[in-house]
Amino acid sequence: MTETNTHRAIDAVWRIESARLIAGLARIVGDVGLAEDLAQDALVAALERWPESGVPDNPGAWLMATAKHRAIDQLRRRSLLDRKHQQLGHELEARQEEAVPDLDAAIDDHVGDDLLRLMFTACHPVLPTDARVALTLRLVGGLTTEEIARAFLVPIATLAQRIVRAKRTLADAKVPFEVPRGAELGNRLASVLEVIYLVFNEGYSATAGDDWMRPALCEDALRLGRILAELAPAESEVHGLVALMEIQASRSRARVGPSGEAILLLEQDRGKWDQLLIRRGLAALAHAEALGGILGPYALQAAIAACHARARTAEDTDWPRIAALYEVLGRIAPSPIVELNRAVALSRALGPAEGLALADMLSSEPSLKSYHLLPAVRGDLLDQLGRYDEAGEEFRRAASLTRNARERDVLSERAAACARKAASARTTA
Amino acid sequence: MRFMMLMIPKGYETAAPGTVPDAKAVEAMMKYNQALQQAGVLIALDGLHPPSMGARVSFEGGKPKVTDGPFTEAKEVLGGYWMIDVKSKQEAIEWASRCPGSPNEVIEIRQVQELSDFPEDVQKAASGFQEMQAQAGQRAK
Repeated sequence: MTETNTHRAIDAVWRIESARLIAGLARIVGDVGLAEDLAQDALVAALERWPESGVPDNPGAWLMATAKHRAIDQLRRRSLLDRKHQQLGHELEARQEEAVPDLDAAIDDHVGDDLLRLMFTACHPVLPTDARVALTLRLVGGLTTEEIARAFLVPIATLAQRIVRAKRTLADAKVPFEVPRGAELGNRLASVLEVIYLVFNEGYSATAGDDWMRPALCEDALRLGRILAELAPAESEVHGLVALMEIQASRSRARVGPSGEAILLLEQDRGKWDQLLIRRGLAALAHAEALGGILGPYALQAAIAACHARARTAEDTDWPRIAALYEVLGRIAPSPIVELNRAVALSRALGPAEGLALADMLSSEPSLKSYHLLPAVRGDLLDQLGRYDEAGEEFRRAASLTRNARERDVLSERAAACARKAASARTTA
Repeated sequence: MRFMMLMIPKGYETAAPGTVPDAKAVEAMMKYNQALQQAGVLIALDGLHPPSMGARVSFEGGKPKVTDGPFTEAKEVLGGYWMIDVKSKQEAIEWASRCPGSPNEVIEIRQVQELSDFPEDVQKAASGFQEMQAQAGQRAK
């Protein structure tokens, strides 16, 4: 194996092993930041040794053993609590007795629990949201600081700082490395789901930059969601989120035109939808529903996405059902954005006037003041009603509010089209 | 990227109809499948009955000709496949390396083609391909 090949192999091993490695170490040393440093040390050791020795048969076990040796050295040097030291030595011996641990040992153990703990810790509410996102991608997703910085269009130094600060915050707050129990679990799980969906959305409809999508982030989020669904199979909302992401991701190929422009849902070539992801999404939704209880916000959004996924053509869409689902969603998770979507569904189910009536009620909503989709929706409904001047005005406003360059192009084009229609209406009149 | 990991078990080309792997091998393989699933990379998987239960249709001379299995002349036959979603070919190789394969087994790794991999004229000729996949349900279980 050449050196480049070995480095590629190490990258792949790291991607597969790093989360479990960090999680296992964090359980032992009780500190996520220290655990990650130890895992990184082991990675550096692998980069030094493997090009000569070759990749070991069980690279995960090799990395873990190396990291634990470093941990013992460090703890000795720092002369931390003797008890912790003993515990660590004990664990290490226990591991070594297993000789070459095979796949069984790697899967058994506490790996699942540790990974779940790692997710909850990285998404701890003591951290600001952007830190939760960065830490989750880094610790659980196995991404490098450079990759995360590039994905979020942040300077590398800024992102590195963010991660360092997040690790320090966790240590200072003495956040325990555990899965929350009882009443706390619900809120904490919501935070984990929020982080994963944030990552997905940043990939799916980039809020900034020139590209409409950054697919790698979607894939990372999907992978995190699928992992979480394995770790917390009894949580309906986890499957709901996975279903939502699978179905949304199924449209990736259809929502970008040849020159990178955005293509909206109803104009998409449904032949380009990824049926494999749709089926996986529908299965995950069925799973969420089978767990019983009231559907949560992610499962409801997935149910809405499923209505679109099931429709062979845009005309086949079950708009009354979508409007009804938005109404339920609006009751359990009230938000002007949900109402705006309900307005769109109503307009499709009953006509543009009904939709516009609801959208108009939202124009005084302070939280939507600079939200480009409100004028975009109003523009669309006014356009359908033949009120082209007002529609053009709304599209221009929407274009000035969006931060995404591609989206701005689409909206400006619609504004121009309305101006043309208004002009021709005047000449014919 | 999506990769197929194609399992090619030597000797399967002559296996008797109804041959199935023994419980111990299945158990080990299930652990492996579970590892793929827990890592969030597994998309689909299937095992195939031996070729002695199948048939081959060849087109020599432009005409379909049916040969019932087993295919004595075949050097390699498929035993099953996994489809995984990973970042790189290297990651697919790394996953394949972890399979508890026996000495007679080979895993071939092949990237799944996307329409965007093709030049425009081929894309055009293949338009409707994904719609077909939807109707046939061929890519999912």
